[in-house]
Parts: sequence; structure tokens; C-alpha cells
Amino acid sequence: MNNENKETSRPSPRPGFVLDVDRNTPPIVFHHGENFRLEKLPVGRSRVVYPSEPLEGLSDPEGAIKDALLNPLGDSEPLPSLLKPGMKLTIAFDDISLPLPPMRKPDIRQRIIEAVLDMAAEAGVDDVHLIAALALHRRMTEDELRHAVGDRVYDSFAPKGLLYNLDAEDPEGMIVLGETPHGEDVHFCRRAAESDLLIYVNINLVSMDGGHKSTATGLAGYTGLRHHHNVHTLRNSKSIMDKDNSALHASNWRMGDVIKDAGVKIFQIETTVNNNTFGREGPLALLQKREWEWTARDRGQFIAMQRGLDLLPVKTKRRIFGGWQSPYEMTSVQAGEVEAVHKRTIENVYAQQLVTVEGQTDILTMGLPYICPYNVNSIMNPILVMCLGLGYFFNLYKGKPLVREGGVLIMSHPTPWEFHPVHHPSYIDFFEQVLIETTDPIEIEKKYEKQFAEDEWYIHLYRNSYAYHGVHPFYMWYWGSHAMQHLGRIIIVGGDQKAVRRLGFQSASTLQDALEIATDVVGPQPTITHLKNPPIVMADVI
Amino acid sequence: MKALRFKRNIPRYAAAKIAGNIKPGSGASFGPIDLIQEESPKAPGEEWVRVRPRLSGICGSDLATVDGKSARYFEPLVSFPFTPGHEVVGDLDDDSRVVLEPVLSCTSRNISPTCNPCSQGKIGNCENVTLGEISPGIQTGSCHDTGGGWATEFYAHPSQLHSVPNEFSDEAAVMVEPTACGVHAALAAELPSEGVVAILGSGTLGQVTISALRHFTNPKTIISTARYPEQKRLAAELGSDIVVNPDEIHRAVRRACGTKAITNVSEKGPEGSVDRLTGGADVVIDCVGTSKSISDALSITKPKGKIILVGMPSIVELELTPLWHRELQLIGAYTYGTERLANGEAVNTFDLAFELVKSAKLEKLVSACYRLNNYQEALKHAANAGARGAFKIVFDLRDERERNIK
Repeated sequence: MNNENKETSRPSPRPGFVLDVDRNTPPIVFHHGENFRLEKLPVGRSRVVYPSEPLEGLSDPEGAIKDALLNPLGDSEPLPSLLKPGMKLTIAFDDISLPLPPMRKPDIRQRIIEAVLDMAAEAGVDDVHLIAALALHRRMTEDELRHAVGDRVYDSFAPKGLLYNLDAEDPEGMIVLGETPHGEDVHFCRRAAESDLLIYVNINLVSMDGGHKSTATGLAGYTGLRHHHNVHTLRNSKSIMDKDNSALHASNWRMGDVIKDAGVKIFQIETTVNNNTFGREGPLALLQKREWEWTARDRGQFIAMQRGLDLLPVKTKRRIFGGWQSPYEMTSVQAGEVEAVHKRTIENVYAQQLVTVEGQTDILTMGLPYICPYNVNSIMNPILVMCLGLGYFFNLYKGKPLVREGGVLIMSHPTPWEFHPVHHPSYIDFFEQVLIETTDPIEIEKKYEKQFAEDEWYIHLYRNSYAYHGVHPFYMWYWGSHAMQHLGRIIIVGGDQKAVRRLGFQSASTLQDALEIATDVVGPQPTITHLKNPPIVMADVI
Repeated sequence: MKALRFKRNIPRYAAAKIAGNIKPGSGASFGPIDLIQEESPKAPGEEWVRVRPRLSGICGSDLATVDGKSARYFEPLVSFPFTPGHEVVGDLDDDSRVVLEPVLSCTSRNISPTCNPCSQGKIGNCENVTLGEISPGIQTGSCHDTGGGWATEFYAHPSQLHSVPNEFSDEAAVMVEPTACGVHAALAAELPSEGVVAILGSGTLGQVTISALRHFTNPKTIISTARYPEQKRLAAELGSDIVVNPDEIHRAVRRACGTKAITNVSEKGPEGSVDRLTGGADVVIDCVGTSKSISDALSITKPKGKIILVGMPSIVELELTPLWHRELQLIGAYTYGTERLANGEAVNTFDLAFELVKSAKLEKLVSACYRLNNYQEALKHAANAGARGAFKIVFDLRDERERNIK
């Protein structure tokens, strides 16, 4: 592994920290979908958890990748020793849901896959398949695949049918490798299972990603996923971002053992990126700055941007933000045996994202941005808003949740009653049919999951169009089930009131209104913590 | 006698149409309908008896007339001036209480021999609606000679009258006629056992149709559309398994039938939106009767399935290719007559309607009563019933002075 830092004139990146709000604290920028809000937090009882500044990226990514492949971690031989003429090689890679926002070219996956293919070619390996490990996510389009793997790889493999999206509903293409001691079916991509070597190429944006989850989830279908993508498991994952306390990961790790016992040889390549989400320069750079360090020019630029966005139609705003590609830099790459690799990866993720926070809060606030893992080049529908806030941001903790049990979560997002009919057809039905009856995850799971999972039309659209699988909105809902159980109330600021009500949450026009409403639950003068994310920050609550 | 009288007056008819288009129900203020006082009418024939209405309902076809939206199709089938009102519970001169079956059939027209449909008890299909001893008019309420229910008195033929059991309140009794329409529609559908049926519209007609389907047929799933919260609540209470907003019906039927859908790939609407289903409901009952609702019905009915039009359509614009391609049956369901039950038994629709009103307690649909003097307000309320959380609006004539002069 090569973790050598770039030589730079930039000052050392500052770690994340917790700011206590006082009279001198300027208004804080809240993400609000395709716009922003400036919010003044109550003095004397509010704090803001700021992310770390971007760590320096690797100065020679190609060299670091080569080094990682030649010097693997754990019980693994260097990659060239694993490559033999006549062997069957499968390279699986993370799909469109990572990283967020999509990164500028060249994508990390391209760099790694090109390096792996060079070694495979040198070894005389000619039976190679490349598979987007999308599980039940939507298929990636040609443009999206080209962006991920690069034109050279795409043009060499896709026309011959050797680069493709996983089809987890193809009865011929999937097999059950076995069962864990807990009775969980291990459903797996047949090509990957029958290969002499499976190489997995990962981008570990958050600590939930990677490890055995890459293959046990990414290359599985409903038969396997239902064992851990369920309410019981998610409610016992505290949190999904903390592997050692996550039932989701425990299940994936058990499945990893079954995969290994079935003879599937995996060479895992994991990478981490820094927090350079919005760029050190450019139109969004001030989103990475701390508000009291804004210059007069920054302030003017922000106000102009905010007012300009107010005037633009939603579709235009969506197009502008959807076109943003982050100048992420790779901070580490490690390869070899899955668990050894993942251990190092998590250390590197935490080095960038983890911030120590003392004690829980009565009210947790967060501004939700325009993007989540499931609306790249798409629409952030209300279910995805719920999932981003309750499923992802709420779970960005180690130890205990940032907000106390029975506390209030306040999220800021326009939450439009709008769906992408191609990408999210079953979400529309979930919103229209299921949520109108109940928002209780247990009830939803019991009564509706099977119907949606086995619906032939959704399966058809998943396999042939660009639709998320019929069961996917259920997983979004389950992702939020731990938070729903933990919280006393959930309030969305500035959202479409009807959509917010359908989600079962409360609506408020302003943050001040929301804080006022929250006092009904947490009493007067509550403590408030704002999780200033993104760039990504994860709280280590002690 | 006090009555609301509808005259043939083209300028006022045009004014009603304009006003009705701006605000439903407003045709009453500008159109050719007036509240009048005049001498008691004369019986149109020897057998005819006087009815003094207690309650008289306002239905969708009445509103179409008031707002100038009725099809010109009806022009030769009515006789001016006429008094609207065909949903009536009233008293005869012997003080017995009756419900009116308003269709003017061969029997009431004193035509002998009766036409073929009338001889089979299918009086709604009478072939002699412009003939016989009385002026043209398909029903009481559109015939000059009989008068109508929006008056303190009118005349009915004994064949049109049904005695009201004592246990029926006036509110229950006034619901019998609209309920009979729903019963007729539900049975006209000949819904296969365990079939899926969709009802478009949850006004009074939609609600009684849902109730009739639940009571007299054996559906697997009843899906209905409703725009307003109270409509949704009642539809579910009366037996609808799934109640959705009108724009959600395609997806709801798809889910219930487990069929696939054809999504939009043109510039019409967003890409990927559900255009139509590959399969669909066995039966769709349209209680709205607009271009949109009939088009929806055409896109959610399974091949060889049936679409029943209960809501009175006027001039509509339709793409009929699906009717041809999917070999659909588009069937009208007008009024009532004699129904054939699943066991083969022939029963008068009104007998079934009495049974249903009683068992489902359909008097709850009567939402508001108005005096005749307040007819403009009543008609506006009826035209906006859904939005105002109401269903059936009726005229209450029980305390009208003119009615109680014997």
C-alpha cells in the first residue's frame, strides 16, 4: 500500500471539530436539496459538528494502485501470482451509487481496472468479464459505465458482452452458494462464483461500504438480500456505519464465510477518497469553508447563488447540480484478502470523517443535499429524502446516536412530491399504496414486501429498463427504521407539506418553527446539534 | 303549487352554460330555471295519482341540465317547460308514502301492446319514450305533463310507485332511486366471481355502485377513485378495498391485477409514466362520464373486459383504438328495470335497491336539505358536493305551505 502524501504548499488539513454556537457565530449553511438555507442556531445551547478538511490525495495514484496489487494485505498472494493463462477472471465493481457526487474523470474504478487488466493481459488471461455489482439497483447506462471504467475498457469489453450490469433476477445467472449457520441463503452471481478469481473494485465513500458487503450484497439478489435488508437487522445495526456494532455487517460477514467455503477466491481492492466534495476552488468551494472564514466575496457569491437558484425552475437546478462532478482525490488503496483490506480501509475512512463529539443532544438538525446513493442522474423523491436523512445521516455515528432516544430530528429539504418514473416505478406505488395505509416498517414488511419483490412488471423493468427493483423502496424504509424507532419526532423544514405528511413526519416552514414544535417533545431550552454534512462527517459520540 | 320550472330559453341556456363552466352549479342563477307559483297541475290521465314530495334529490343529470351541459341528444326526448326532480319520496293523497320509479314506460304512456323491452320489465330501454298519451320525456322530471319532484306536487302513474316500509326514514327512501342506478350498473357488469372491478368516481353514484357490488356480486378486489377525503372514507366503508386518487388508478389496477404496464415513450407526459396496462380490471364502471374518465377506463380494462358507463356522458373526445384492439365492451347502464341475479332469478331493481339501502344504511349519503326557495344555494352545494364533504343534496318539501294544502 502506498499512502504517500502529495507535496503541496497548502497548509495541513484541519480536522473536524465541534463548534459551540455563541453570539459571534454567523448563520450556518444548511443544504436544502438544490438550494441552501442560512440558519441562525440558538446561542448557548447549540453546536455544529464540522467535517475535517480534505486530506491530501495520493500523489501517484497509478503507482499506489500497482503497489497495492503487488503487495497485498492479509493471506493473499500478489495479484500477478493469481493470474494464469486459461483461467476465468471476473472483475466486479461498485455501481453508480458510489461515490457521491460522481467523481471527475478518471474515476478510481477506471484506474484500478486498467491496472488489473494490464496484469491479466501480461499473464495471458483472456476470459475476463466485468460486472457492475448493482444488486437490486438500477442498471447503469452506457454513459455511466463509460464514466466508471473509461472508454478504453468499455470499448474493449462491452461490445462483446463482457462488460455488463448484474442481473440478479436472471435465474440462469444466479445461484445459491449455501446457507449461513443463521439459515441465510447466500445468493450469488453465477459467473463470479464459477470464476477462478473474483476481483472486487470498491470505492469506500463511507464506513458502511466494502468488506464482505461488496460481494455478499453487491452480487446478490432478493433471495439473499432479504436476510439482512430487513427491519430486524437494520434496527439492530447501531449503526450501519460501525461494522462491529452492525447486524447488517454481521450477516454479510457470515455470508462472506459461506462464499469463501464455496471456493470463491476473492481479491479485494478497496479505496478511500478525501472530503474534496465541492472543490478547493470554483463555484461550490465555499461549501467546504467554515462560515466565519468566508470573505466578503464568498458572502456575495453565496447570496447571488442562492437568489439565482431561487429563480430557476427545478429541472434546471437539477440539471446544474446533477452535472457536478467532485474533484475527489484518492487517499488510500489497499488490496488482498477481504477482511485485512477492509480493516485498513475503515481506518482511512475514519481518518477523514470521524469527529469526536461529547454527549448526545435533544435535537439533531441536518441539511439534506440534492443527492443520495439512489438518485444519481435522477430525482430525489420523498422516500429517498427519508432514507438520506434517517438511513444515512442519522447513522453517521459510532458509539451512540448524536441525538438522544426520544429526541427530535429536524431535516431541511424541499421534499417534492415527485418521482422519476423510469428509475423509481415501484417507489411511486409504495408512496401511493403503502404509505397511505401505514408507515410502520414492521407492518409494511409483513404485508407488502413480498408482493412488490415478486411483481413481474417491476422485475421486467429492473431487468430491461433502468428501474430500481420493486423491493428497493422497502429497503429505503427499513434503512430509516432504526432512526424512526429511536426518535420522538421527525420534522422536515421547507418540504412539500403533503409529501411530508405522507411520510408520517411533521412539516415546518422555518427552522425556528421546527425548533418551537420540537419543544413539545423535548421540553424548553433543548440542546441542539447540527451535523454539517456534506462533506461527510461521522460523529464518534462519547 | 310551488315548483322549479325549466323553460326552453336559448339565451338563458347559453348564460347557464357560461356560468356553469365558470363555477359548477351557477347555472341556477342565470339559466332558464325559475321558482314559480301556479295553480295545481291536472292529472295527465285517469289512473294518475298526485304525489306530494317530502324529499326530492338533486342528481348529476339535473346539474348538467341546470348548467347547460346536457347533450342535445335529449332535446326531442323532453317536453318544455318541465319541472326537474326524479329522486322522490312523497305522500299520496291517502297519506301513504311512496318512492317514485321515474322512468316513463309504455305502461305509464298507456301504450298497448307494450314494446319488447317493457314487456320484459326492462323499462329503461323503452322504445316509445316520445309516444303515447303524455308528452315526450324519458322520466318524470323531464316531461311537461307529469311535473317533477322539485315541486310541492306532481303526478305519477301507479306503475311508477313503490310503497315505503315504515322502518324507512324519508332520507333512506329518497336514496332508493339513485341506489337502483348503482344496482343496475353493478349487475350490468356481470362481474366474474373473484374478478377485479374498478369504479371511477366516488360521488353518490360511485358510492352506491360500490355498495351494490359488495352486496350483490363476489369481487376479489374493488378499486375506486376518489378526490376528497370524505369520499375516500365512505368508499372504503361501503366496500372498496383500495381507494386512490384519480391519477393513481392506472398503477392501483396494475398492482391489484398483477399485470404489466406500457409506459410512455413519447413526448406526452413524462417518460416512463404508466400509459396503459397490458392486462387490467375485468370490469371498469365509470361514474364520471368525461373524456378523461372514459379514456382511463379504456386503458385499465383487460382485453375483452367491460366498461360500464353509469355517469351520464355528454360530448366526449376519445381515442377508441384500445376499444378495437383490446376488444373491449363499452356498455351503457341507464336507470333500472329487471335484473337477473347470478342464480337466474329475475328481480325488480327497486326491490334490490330497497334491500341495499336498508342493509348498507345508505341514508347516510343524504348530506344536506334545502327549501325550494333556496334552490340556487342547493344547486351550488350539489355541484360542489365532493369538495364540501357532501354526497346527496335534497330539497326538503315537508314544511312547504303549498304542499300541505289538501
